[in-house]
Amino acid sequence: MNRKAEVICLQCPLACRVEVEVDKDNKVVSASNYKCKRGKTYAAQEIINPVRVLTTTVRVLTRDQIHPLLPVTTREAIPKGLLQDAMKQLAGIEVKTPVKYGDVICPNILNTGVDVVATSEVLN
Amino acid sequence: MSGIIERSVDVAVIGGGPGGLGAAIKAREAGAKNVVLLERSEELGGMLPQCIHNGFGLHYFKEELSGPAYIHRLVKELAKTDVDVMTQTMAIKLEGTRITALTEKTLTRINAKAVILGMGCRERSRGNIRIPGHRPAGVFTAGTAQRLINVEGYIPGKKVVILGSGDIGMIMARRLTLEGAEVVCLVELLPFIGGLIRNEVQCLRDFNIPVYTSHTVSDVIGKNRVEKVVISQIDKELKPIPGTEKEFEADTLLLSVGLIPENELSTMTGVKLEPTGGPQVDDLWQTSVSGIFAGGNVVHVHDLADYVTESSEMAAVNAVKYINGYLPVERKVNVKGGKNIRYVVPNTIVSNQPVSFFMRVTWPLKNATVRIGGLVSKKYAFVRPSEQIRIDVPAEMMKGFREDIIVNCDGEEDVAR
Repeated sequence: MNRKAEVICLQCPLACRVEVEVDKDNKVVSASNYKCKRGKTYAAQEIINPVRVLTTTVRVLTRDQIHPLLPVTTREAIPKGLLQDAMKQLAGIEVKTPVKYGDVICPNILNTGVDVVATSEVLN
Repeated sequence: MSGIIERSVDVAVIGGGPGGLGAAIKAREAGAKNVVLLERSEELGGMLPQCIHNGFGLHYFKEELSGPAYIHRLVKELAKTDVDVMTQTMAIKLEGTRITALTEKTLTRINAKAVILGMGCRERSRGNIRIPGHRPAGVFTAGTAQRLINVEGYIPGKKVVILGSGDIGMIMARRLTLEGAEVVCLVELLPFIGGLIRNEVQCLRDFNIPVYTSHTVSDVIGKNRVEKVVISQIDKELKPIPGTEKEFEADTLLLSVGLIPENELSTMTGVKLEPTGGPQVDDLWQTSVSGIFAGGNVVHVHDLADYVTESSEMAAVNAVKYINGYLPVERKVNVKGGKNIRYVVPNTIVSNQPVSFFMRVTWPLKNATVRIGGLVSKKYAFVRPSEQIRIDVPAEMMKGFREDIIVNCDGEEDVAR
Protein backbone atom coordinates (compact mmCIF):
# COMPACT_ATOMS: atom_id res chain seq x y z
CA MET A 1 0.00 0.00 0.00
CA ASN A 2 1.27 3.46 -0.86
CA ARG A 3 1.30 6.07 1.86
CA LYS A 4 0.73 9.78 1.36
CA ALA A 5 1.41 12.77 3.61
CA GLU A 6 1.60 16.53 3.62
CA VAL A 7 4.89 17.46 5.25
CA ILE A 8 5.72 21.01 6.32
CA CYS A 9 9.37 21.46 5.43
CA LEU A 10 11.45 23.01 8.23
CA GLN A 11 14.63 23.55 6.23
CA CYS A 12 14.05 27.26 5.60
CA PRO A 13 11.48 30.00 6.40
CA LEU A 14 9.49 29.25 3.22
CA ALA A 15 8.00 26.22 5.03
CA CYS A 16 6.80 24.44 1.86
CA ARG A 17 3.86 22.10 2.37
CA VAL A 18 5.27 19.16 0.45
CA GLU A 19 2.90 16.46 -0.84
CA VAL A 20 4.82 13.19 -0.72
CA GLU A 21 3.90 9.58 -1.50
CA VAL A 22 5.91 6.39 -0.86
CA ASP A 23 5.27 2.78 -1.89
CA LYS A 24 5.35 -0.30 0.34
CA ASP A 25 9.16 -0.45 0.10
CA ASN A 26 9.45 3.18 1.25
CA LYS A 27 10.47 4.37 -2.22
CA VAL A 28 9.30 7.90 -3.03
CA VAL A 29 6.71 7.57 -5.81
CA SER A 30 5.84 11.23 -6.03
CA ALA A 31 6.62 14.56 -4.38
CA SER A 32 5.20 17.94 -5.22
CA ASN A 33 4.71 21.48 -3.95
CA TYR A 34 8.32 22.06 -2.92
CA LYS A 35 10.65 24.82 -4.09
CA CYS A 36 14.06 23.15 -3.70
CA LYS A 37 15.41 19.62 -3.44
CA ARG A 38 15.99 19.97 0.32
CA GLY A 39 12.21 20.01 0.62
CA LYS A 40 11.91 16.72 -1.27
CA THR A 41 14.63 15.04 0.81
CA TYR A 42 13.15 16.33 4.07
CA ALA A 43 9.62 15.20 3.15
CA ALA A 44 10.92 11.74 2.26
CA GLN A 45 12.70 11.46 5.62
CA GLU A 46 9.58 12.65 7.44
CA ILE A 47 7.33 10.03 5.83
CA ILE A 48 9.83 7.13 5.89
CA ASN A 49 11.47 7.58 9.30
CA PRO A 50 10.66 10.81 11.15
CA VAL A 51 13.07 11.40 14.04
CA ARG A 52 12.99 13.81 16.99
CA VAL A 53 15.31 14.84 19.80
CA LEU A 54 13.62 14.07 23.13
CA THR A 55 14.19 16.43 26.05
CA THR A 56 12.68 15.60 29.43
CA THR A 57 13.60 15.19 33.10
CA VAL A 58 14.52 12.30 35.40
CA ARG A 59 14.40 12.07 39.18
CA VAL A 60 17.58 12.88 41.00
CA LEU A 61 18.31 11.76 44.55
CA THR A 62 19.36 15.10 45.98
CA ARG A 63 19.18 16.92 49.27
CA ASP A 64 17.85 19.92 47.34
CA GLN A 65 14.09 19.90 47.97
CA ILE A 66 13.26 22.57 45.38
CA HIS A 67 15.03 20.84 42.49
CA PRO A 68 14.21 17.12 42.52
CA LEU A 69 14.68 16.79 38.73
CA LEU A 70 17.55 16.61 36.29
CA PRO A 71 17.00 17.82 32.71
CA VAL A 72 18.16 15.32 30.06
CA THR A 73 18.25 14.98 26.29
CA THR A 74 18.78 12.25 23.74
CA ARG A 75 22.19 12.97 22.22
CA GLU A 76 20.70 12.53 18.77
CA ALA A 77 17.21 12.30 17.33
CA ILE A 78 15.35 9.00 17.81
CA PRO A 79 12.39 7.64 15.81
CA LYS A 80 9.30 9.73 16.52
CA GLY A 81 7.22 6.64 17.25
CA LEU A 82 9.47 5.77 20.20
CA LEU A 83 9.02 9.03 22.13
CA GLN A 84 6.30 7.75 24.50
CA ASP A 85 8.16 4.46 25.17
CA ALA A 86 11.34 6.41 25.87
CA MET A 87 9.41 8.58 28.35
CA LYS A 88 8.19 5.45 30.13
CA GLN A 89 11.66 4.02 30.39
CA LEU A 90 13.09 7.31 31.72
CA ALA A 91 10.27 7.58 34.28
CA GLY A 92 11.81 4.60 36.09
CA ILE A 93 15.25 6.12 36.41
CA GLU A 94 16.65 7.72 39.56
CA VAL A 95 20.05 9.36 39.30
CA LYS A 96 22.57 9.56 42.13
CA THR A 97 24.56 12.74 42.73
CA PRO A 98 26.97 14.12 41.78
CA VAL A 99 25.85 14.28 38.17
CA LYS A 100 27.69 16.44 35.70
CA TYR A 101 26.73 18.07 32.45
CA GLY A 102 26.94 15.48 29.65
CA ASP A 103 26.92 12.42 31.94
CA VAL A 104 25.18 9.42 30.36
CA ILE A 105 21.93 8.82 32.23
CA CYS A 106 20.57 6.02 30.06
CA PRO A 107 22.83 4.36 27.48
CA ASN A 108 21.38 3.13 24.18
CA ILE A 109 17.76 3.92 24.97
CA LEU A 110 15.33 1.36 23.46
CA ASN A 111 18.23 -0.07 21.44
CA THR A 112 18.33 2.99 19.24
CA GLY A 113 22.08 3.34 19.75
CA VAL A 114 21.42 6.80 21.21
CA ASP A 115 22.40 7.77 24.77
CA VAL A 116 20.36 10.01 27.02
CA VAL A 117 22.60 12.57 28.72
CA ALA A 118 22.29 15.23 31.45
CA THR A 119 21.92 18.83 30.33
CA SER A 120 22.54 20.28 33.76
CA GLU A 121 24.48 19.53 36.94
CA VAL A 122 23.42 18.51 40.42
CA LEU A 123 26.46 18.28 42.65
CA ASN A 124 24.97 17.13 45.95
CA MET B 1 18.24 46.98 64.24
CA SER B 2 20.43 46.85 61.20
CA GLY B 3 20.96 50.05 59.27
CA ILE B 4 21.14 50.49 55.53
CA ILE B 5 24.39 49.26 54.02
CA GLU B 6 25.84 51.80 51.57
CA ARG B 7 28.18 50.82 48.79
CA SER B 8 29.53 52.28 45.59
CA VAL B 9 30.18 50.37 42.36
CA ASP B 10 31.00 51.12 38.75
CA VAL B 11 28.23 49.04 37.21
CA ALA B 12 25.14 47.46 38.77
CA VAL B 13 23.21 44.91 36.71
CA ILE B 14 19.62 44.22 37.73
CA GLY B 15 18.52 40.68 36.84
CA GLY B 16 20.54 37.45 36.53
CA GLY B 17 19.01 35.84 33.43
CA PRO B 18 20.75 35.30 30.06
CA GLY B 19 20.89 39.09 29.61
CA GLY B 20 22.11 40.14 33.04
CA LEU B 21 24.76 37.40 33.14
CA GLY B 22 26.10 38.48 29.75
CA ALA B 23 26.04 42.14 30.79
CA ALA B 24 27.90 41.55 34.07
CA ILE B 25 30.64 39.47 32.43
CA LYS B 26 31.02 41.97 29.59
CA ALA B 27 31.07 45.03 31.86
CA ARG B 28 33.99 43.56 33.82
CA GLU B 29 35.76 42.54 30.62
CA ALA B 30 35.32 46.05 29.20
CA GLY B 31 37.10 47.50 32.23
CA ALA B 32 34.50 48.33 34.87
CA LYS B 33 36.32 47.84 38.19
CA ASN B 34 33.56 46.70 40.43
CA VAL B 35 30.45 45.14 39.05
CA VAL B 36 27.50 43.89 41.09
CA LEU B 37 24.74 41.60 39.79
CA LEU B 38 21.38 41.58 41.61
CA GLU B 39 19.05 38.60 41.27
CA ARG B 40 15.83 38.30 43.25
CA SER B 41 15.57 34.50 42.93
CA GLU B 42 17.73 32.04 44.86
CA GLU B 43 19.49 30.95 41.68
CA LEU B 44 20.81 32.56 38.51
CA GLY B 45 19.38 31.97 35.07
CA GLY B 46 16.01 33.69 34.96
CA MET B 47 13.54 31.57 33.00
CA LEU B 48 16.11 29.34 31.34
CA PRO B 49 16.58 26.66 34.04
CA GLN B 50 12.97 25.59 33.35
CA CYS B 51 13.37 25.64 29.55
CA ILE B 52 14.67 22.07 29.27
CA HIS B 53 14.06 21.88 25.50
CA ASN B 54 16.84 22.36 22.97
CA GLY B 55 17.49 25.22 20.61
CA PHE B 56 19.52 27.58 22.78
CA GLY B 57 23.07 28.70 22.06
CA LEU B 58 23.31 28.02 18.31
CA HIS B 59 24.38 31.62 17.68
CA TYR B 60 26.17 32.51 20.90
CA PHE B 61 27.96 29.22 21.70
CA LYS B 62 27.78 27.74 18.15
CA GLU B 63 26.28 24.63 19.70
CA GLU B 64 22.71 23.50 20.38
CA LEU B 65 22.01 23.51 24.12
CA SER B 66 19.11 23.17 26.54
CA GLY B 67 18.13 26.20 28.64
CA PRO B 68 19.85 24.87 31.78
CA ALA B 69 23.00 24.09 29.76
CA TYR B 70 23.05 27.59 28.24
CA ILE B 71 22.90 29.13 31.72
CA HIS B 72 25.47 26.63 33.02
CA ARG B 73 27.95 27.95 30.42
CA LEU B 74 27.32 31.60 31.29
CA VAL B 75 27.53 30.96 35.05
CA LYS B 76 30.87 29.19 34.52
CA GLU B 77 32.15 32.27 32.67
CA LEU B 78 30.84 34.51 35.44
CA ALA B 79 32.60 32.41 38.09
CA LYS B 80 35.95 33.26 36.44
CA THR B 81 35.37 36.96 37.17
CA ASP B 82 35.20 38.92 40.43
CA VAL B 83 31.66 40.15 39.73
CA ASP B 84 29.81 40.37 43.05
CA VAL B 85 26.73 38.18 42.63
CA MET B 86 23.87 38.91 45.04
CA THR B 87 21.07 36.36 44.79
CA GLN B 88 17.87 36.62 46.82
CA THR B 89 18.31 40.34 46.41
CA MET B 90 15.48 42.41 45.01
CA ALA B 91 15.95 45.92 43.70
CA ILE B 92 12.96 47.78 45.09
CA LYS B 93 13.79 51.36 44.19
CA LEU B 94 15.68 53.10 41.44
CA GLU B 95 16.62 56.80 41.69
CA GLY B 96 18.80 57.66 38.73
CA THR B 97 21.67 55.20 39.04
CA ARG B 98 21.14 54.65 42.77
CA ILE B 99 19.50 51.34 43.67
CA THR B 100 17.84 50.36 46.91
CA ALA B 101 17.81 46.58 47.23
CA LEU B 102 16.31 44.24 49.74
CA THR B 103 18.46 41.26 50.70
CA GLU B 104 17.49 38.47 53.05
CA LYS B 105 18.47 40.49 56.10
CA THR B 106 19.15 44.10 55.19
CA LEU B 107 18.52 47.00 52.90
CA THR B 108 21.46 47.84 50.68
CA ARG B 109 21.91 51.11 48.85
CA ILE B 110 24.08 50.78 45.79
CA ASN B 111 25.46 53.95 44.28
CA ALA B 112 26.38 52.90 40.77
CA LYS B 113 28.02 54.99 38.08
CA ALA B 114 25.91 53.12 35.53
CA VAL B 115 23.00 50.70 35.78
CA ILE B 116 22.09 47.98 33.29
CA LEU B 117 18.45 46.89 33.31
CA GLY B 118 18.12 43.15 32.76
CA MET B 119 14.78 42.40 34.38
CA GLY B 120 13.39 40.60 31.36
CA CYS B 121 9.68 40.16 30.95
CA ARG B 122 6.80 38.39 32.60
CA GLU B 123 3.78 36.56 31.30
CA ARG B 124 0.40 38.15 30.80
CA SER B 125 -2.05 36.55 33.20
CA ARG B 126 -5.79 35.97 33.33
CA GLY B 127 -6.29 39.47 34.75
CA ASN B 128 -4.44 41.03 31.82
CA ILE B 129 -6.77 39.52 29.23
CA ARG B 130 -9.98 39.53 31.32
CA ILE B 131 -11.30 36.02 30.74
CA PRO B 132 -14.86 35.86 32.07
CA GLY B 133 -16.25 33.07 34.23
CA HIS B 134 -15.62 31.46 37.60
CA ARG B 135 -12.36 31.81 39.49
CA PRO B 136 -11.45 28.21 40.34
CA ALA B 137 -7.99 26.73 40.82
CA GLY B 138 -6.42 25.28 37.70
CA VAL B 139 -5.73 28.42 35.63
CA PHE B 140 -2.00 28.83 35.14
CA THR B 141 0.30 30.78 32.87
CA ALA B 142 2.21 28.42 30.59
CA GLY B 143 5.49 29.45 32.25
CA THR B 144 4.20 28.59 35.71
CA ALA B 145 3.15 25.15 34.46
CA GLN B 146 6.57 24.79 32.86
CA ARG B 147 8.30 25.51 36.17
CA LEU B 148 6.02 23.08 38.03
CA ILE B 149 6.67 20.25 35.58
CA ASN B 150 10.33 20.78 34.70
CA VAL B 151 11.82 22.11 37.95
CA GLU B 152 9.58 21.19 40.85
CA GLY B 153 8.25 17.87 39.55
CA TYR B 154 4.49 18.38 39.64
CA ILE B 155 1.98 17.92 36.83
CA PRO B 156 -0.50 20.81 37.03
CA GLY B 157 -3.47 18.91 35.56
CA LYS B 158 -4.68 15.91 33.57
CA LYS B 159 -6.98 17.46 30.95
CA VAL B 160 -5.66 20.73 29.67
CA VAL B 161 -6.90 23.51 27.38
CA ILE B 162 -4.20 25.94 26.23
CA LEU B 163 -5.06 29.49 25.19
CA GLY B 164 -2.47 31.15 22.97
CA SER B 165 -0.16 29.69 20.35
CA GLY B 166 3.04 31.41 21.37
CA ASP B 167 6.12 29.20 21.56
CA ILE B 168 5.80 28.52 25.30
CA GLY B 169 2.17 27.41 24.85
CA MET B 170 3.09 24.99 22.06
CA ILE B 171 6.13 23.65 23.89
CA MET B 172 3.93 23.01 26.94
CA ALA B 173 1.39 21.17 24.76
CA ARG B 174 4.15 18.70 23.82
CA ARG B 175 5.58 18.52 27.32
CA LEU B 176 2.20 17.82 28.96
CA THR B 177 1.39 15.14 26.37
CA LEU B 178 4.74 13.41 26.88
CA GLU B 179 4.21 13.50 30.67
CA GLY B 180 0.87 11.75 30.27
CA ALA B 181 -1.66 14.59 30.42
CA GLU B 182 -4.27 15.07 27.71
CA VAL B 183 -4.12 18.37 25.84
CA VAL B 184 -7.76 18.79 24.85
CA CYS B 185 -7.12 21.61 22.42
CA LEU B 186 -5.09 24.75 21.77
CA VAL B 187 -7.01 27.95 21.12
CA GLU B 188 -5.65 31.01 19.28
CA LEU B 189 -7.33 34.41 18.95
CA LEU B 190 -5.66 35.29 15.64
CA PRO B 191 -6.25 33.41 12.39
CA PHE B 192 -2.67 32.09 12.46
CA ILE B 193 -0.32 30.32 14.89
CA GLY B 194 1.73 32.81 16.91
CA GLY B 195 4.97 30.87 17.41
CA LEU B 196 7.58 29.27 15.18
CA ILE B 197 6.54 26.80 12.45
CA ARG B 198 9.01 24.28 13.85
CA ASN B 199 7.03 24.25 17.09
CA GLU B 200 3.72 24.05 15.24
CA VAL B 201 5.00 20.89 13.54
CA GLN B 202 6.92 19.25 16.38
CA CYS B 203 4.68 20.24 19.31
CA LEU B 204 1.16 20.27 17.84
CA ARG B 205 1.01 18.23 14.62
CA ASP B 206 3.30 15.49 15.97
CA PHE B 207 0.82 14.84 18.79
CA ASN B 208 -2.40 15.50 16.84
CA ILE B 209 -3.42 18.33 19.13
CA PRO B 210 -6.63 20.00 17.92
CA VAL B 211 -6.10 23.69 17.12
CA TYR B 212 -8.85 26.33 16.99
CA THR B 213 -7.64 29.56 15.38
CA SER B 214 -9.85 32.71 15.44
CA HIS B 215 -11.26 31.41 18.73
CA THR B 216 -10.95 32.49 22.35
CA VAL B 217 -11.91 31.22 25.80
CA SER B 218 -15.31 32.75 26.53
CA ASP B 219 -16.09 31.06 29.85
CA VAL B 220 -14.42 29.11 32.63
CA ILE B 221 -16.70 26.85 34.68
CA GLY B 222 -15.81 25.24 38.01
CA LYS B 223 -16.41 25.69 41.71
CA ASN B 224 -13.11 24.74 43.35
CA ARG B 225 -11.20 23.43 40.36
CA VAL B 226 -11.68 24.11 36.63
CA GLU B 227 -14.36 21.69 35.35
CA LYS B 228 -15.14 23.04 31.89
CA VAL B 229 -13.63 25.52 29.46
CA VAL B 230 -15.89 27.13 26.87
CA ILE B 231 -14.42 28.53 23.66
CA SER B 232 -16.08 30.69 21.01
CA GLN B 233 -15.28 31.84 17.53
CA ILE B 234 -14.46 35.56 17.37
CA ASP B 235 -15.55 38.34 15.03
CA LYS B 236 -13.47 41.06 13.34
CA GLU B 237 -13.41 43.06 16.58
CA LEU B 238 -12.03 39.94 18.36
CA LYS B 239 -15.31 39.56 20.31
CA PRO B 240 -16.85 36.09 20.89
CA ILE B 241 -19.72 35.31 18.48
CA PRO B 242 -22.82 34.09 20.39
CA GLY B 243 -23.96 30.65 19.27
CA THR B 244 -20.47 29.40 18.35
CA GLU B 245 -19.63 28.07 21.84
CA LYS B 246 -17.86 24.73 22.23
CA GLU B 247 -17.62 23.21 25.68
CA PHE B 248 -14.67 21.04 26.77
CA GLU B 249 -14.25 19.07 29.96
CA ALA B 250 -10.93 20.10 31.44
CA ASP B 251 -9.30 20.55 34.84
CA THR B 252 -6.69 23.02 33.69
CA LEU B 253 -6.43 26.12 31.52
CA LEU B 254 -2.96 27.30 30.49
CA LEU B 255 -2.39 30.81 29.21
CA SER B 256 0.32 31.58 26.67
CA VAL B 257 -0.92 35.03 25.77
CA GLY B 258 2.14 37.19 25.52
CA LEU B 259 4.95 38.66 27.54
CA ILE B 260 5.29 42.13 29.03
CA PRO B 261 8.69 43.72 29.69
CA GLU B 262 9.02 44.23 33.43
CA ASN B 263 9.66 47.95 33.93
CA GLU B 264 8.18 49.03 37.26
CA LEU B 265 11.68 49.91 38.48
CA SER B 266 12.54 51.78 35.30
CA THR B 267 9.48 54.04 35.39
CA MET B 268 10.15 54.82 39.07
CA THR B 269 13.03 56.99 37.99
CA GLY B 270 11.44 58.42 34.86
CA VAL B 271 12.70 56.03 32.18
CA LYS B 272 10.35 56.64 29.24
CA LEU B 273 8.54 53.56 27.89
CA GLU B 274 7.31 52.67 24.41
CA PRO B 275 3.78 51.28 23.81
CA THR B 276 5.35 47.77 23.86
CA GLY B 277 6.12 48.30 27.57
CA GLY B 278 9.87 48.41 26.97
CA PRO B 279 12.02 51.49 27.58
CA GLN B 280 12.94 53.82 24.74
CA VAL B 281 16.57 53.10 23.91
CA ASP B 282 19.10 54.62 21.56
CA ASP B 283 21.51 52.63 19.42
CA LEU B 284 23.93 52.52 22.36
CA TRP B 285 21.17 50.88 24.46
CA GLN B 286 20.94 53.90 26.77
CA THR B 287 17.45 54.72 28.06
CA SER B 288 16.00 58.22 28.38
CA VAL B 289 17.74 58.51 31.79
CA SER B 290 21.44 59.22 31.61
CA GLY B 291 23.57 56.29 32.85
CA ILE B 292 20.75 53.74 32.72
CA PHE B 293 21.23 51.18 29.97
CA ALA B 294 19.00 48.22 29.08
CA GLY B 295 19.33 44.95 27.19
CA GLY B 296 17.40 41.78 26.47
CA ASN B 297 13.71 41.18 27.02
CA VAL B 298 13.23 44.16 29.34
CA VAL B 299 13.54 46.23 26.12
CA HIS B 300 11.55 44.02 23.75
CA VAL B 301 10.78 40.31 23.63
CA HIS B 302 13.48 38.50 21.66
CA ASP B 303 13.09 35.27 19.66
CA LEU B 304 16.27 33.74 21.06
CA ALA B 305 18.11 33.82 24.39
CA ASP B 306 21.29 34.24 22.34
CA TYR B 307 20.11 37.67 21.15
CA VAL B 308 19.17 38.58 24.72
CA THR B 309 22.75 37.94 25.82
CA GLU B 310 24.12 39.75 22.79
CA SER B 311 22.10 42.96 23.23
CA SER B 312 22.84 43.03 26.95
CA GLU B 313 26.55 42.75 26.22
CA MET B 314 26.26 45.75 23.91
CA ALA B 315 24.49 47.66 26.70
CA ALA B 316 27.37 46.73 29.03
CA VAL B 317 30.11 47.85 26.65
CA ASN B 318 28.41 51.22 26.25
CA ALA B 319 27.76 51.56 29.98
CA VAL B 320 31.52 51.25 30.54
CA LYS B 321 32.20 53.84 27.82
CA TYR B 322 29.71 56.13 29.58
CA ILE B 323 31.54 55.75 32.90
CA ASN B 324 34.83 56.56 31.20
CA GLY B 325 33.29 59.63 29.59
CA TYR B 326 33.57 58.68 25.92
CA LEU B 327 30.12 57.55 24.87
CA PRO B 328 30.13 58.42 21.15
CA VAL B 329 27.00 60.60 20.99
CA GLU B 330 26.97 62.65 17.78
CA ARG B 331 23.35 63.73 17.11
CA LYS B 332 19.88 62.37 17.58
CA VAL B 333 17.74 60.79 14.86
CA ASN B 334 14.28 59.41 15.71
CA VAL B 335 13.25 55.95 14.47
CA LYS B 336 9.57 55.13 14.06
CA GLY B 337 7.61 52.08 12.92
CA GLY B 338 5.39 52.76 9.88
CA LYS B 339 3.33 50.45 7.69
CA ASN B 340 2.85 46.93 9.13
CA ILE B 341 5.57 47.47 11.73
CA ARG B 342 4.45 46.83 15.31
CA TYR B 343 7.63 48.19 16.82
CA VAL B 344 11.22 48.91 16.01
CA VAL B 345 14.27 49.08 18.29
CA PRO B 346 16.33 51.26 18.76
CA ASN B 347 14.04 54.29 19.01
CA THR B 348 16.78 56.84 18.40
CA ILE B 349 20.19 56.81 16.73
CA VAL B 350 22.87 58.90 18.40
CA SER B 351 26.20 57.40 17.25
CA ASN B 352 27.91 56.97 13.92
CA GLN B 353 28.49 53.29 14.61
CA PRO B 354 26.91 50.40 12.73
CA VAL B 355 23.29 49.93 13.85
CA SER B 356 21.22 46.76 14.12
CA PHE B 357 17.50 47.44 13.74
CA PHE B 358 15.17 44.91 15.37
CA MET B 359 11.48 44.87 14.48
CA ARG B 360 8.31 42.84 14.35
CA VAL B 361 5.53 43.05 11.79
CA THR B 362 1.86 43.39 12.72
CA TRP B 363 0.47 40.99 10.08
CA PRO B 364 2.01 38.11 8.07
CA LEU B 365 2.91 39.06 4.48
CA LYS B 366 4.57 37.29 1.56
CA ASN B 367 6.98 38.75 -1.01
CA ALA B 368 7.63 41.49 1.50
CA THR B 369 10.09 44.39 1.50
CA VAL B 370 11.24 46.12 4.66
CA ARG B 371 12.64 49.64 4.20
CA ILE B 372 14.71 51.37 6.87
CA GLY B 373 13.91 54.98 5.85
CA GLY B 374 15.96 55.80 2.78
CA LEU B 375 18.93 53.83 4.09
CA VAL B 376 18.47 50.19 3.16
CA SER B 377 15.76 47.78 2.12
CA LYS B 378 15.60 44.03 2.39
CA LYS B 379 13.33 41.49 0.69
CA TYR B 380 11.68 38.54 2.45
CA ALA B 381 9.69 35.63 1.02
CA PHE B 382 7.61 35.78 4.22
CA VAL B 383 7.40 38.08 7.23
CA ARG B 384 5.53 36.88 10.31
CA PRO B 385 4.82 38.52 13.69
CA SER B 386 6.46 35.53 15.40
CA GLU B 387 9.75 36.03 13.59
CA GLN B 388 11.81 39.00 14.54
CA ILE B 389 13.44 40.89 11.69
CA ARG B 390 16.97 42.18 12.07
CA ILE B 391 18.57 44.53 9.58
CA ASP B 392 22.14 45.75 10.01
CA VAL B 393 23.12 49.15 8.65
CA PRO B 394 26.86 49.79 8.24
CA ALA B 395 28.60 52.72 9.92
CA GLU B 396 29.37 54.57 6.68
CA MET B 397 25.63 54.86 5.93
CA MET B 398 24.86 56.23 9.40
CA LYS B 399 27.60 58.87 9.32
CA GLY B 400 26.12 62.36 9.21
CA PHE B 401 22.58 60.98 8.79
CA ARG B 402 20.15 63.50 10.27
CA GLU B 403 16.62 62.76 9.00
CA ASP B 404 14.07 60.83 11.05
CA ILE B 405 13.85 57.17 10.00
CA ILE B 406 10.50 55.54 9.28
CA VAL B 407 10.52 51.75 8.89
CA ASN B 408 7.88 50.35 6.51
CA CYS B 409 6.98 46.84 5.41
CA ASP B 410 5.08 46.24 2.16
CA GLY B 411 3.98 42.97 0.61
CA GLU B 412 1.08 40.70 -0.25
CA GLU B 413 -1.26 39.45 2.46
CA ASP B 414 -0.45 35.87 3.39
CA VAL B 415 -3.45 35.41 5.70
CA ALA B 416 -6.77 37.18 5.12
CA ARG B 417 -7.60 39.68 7.86
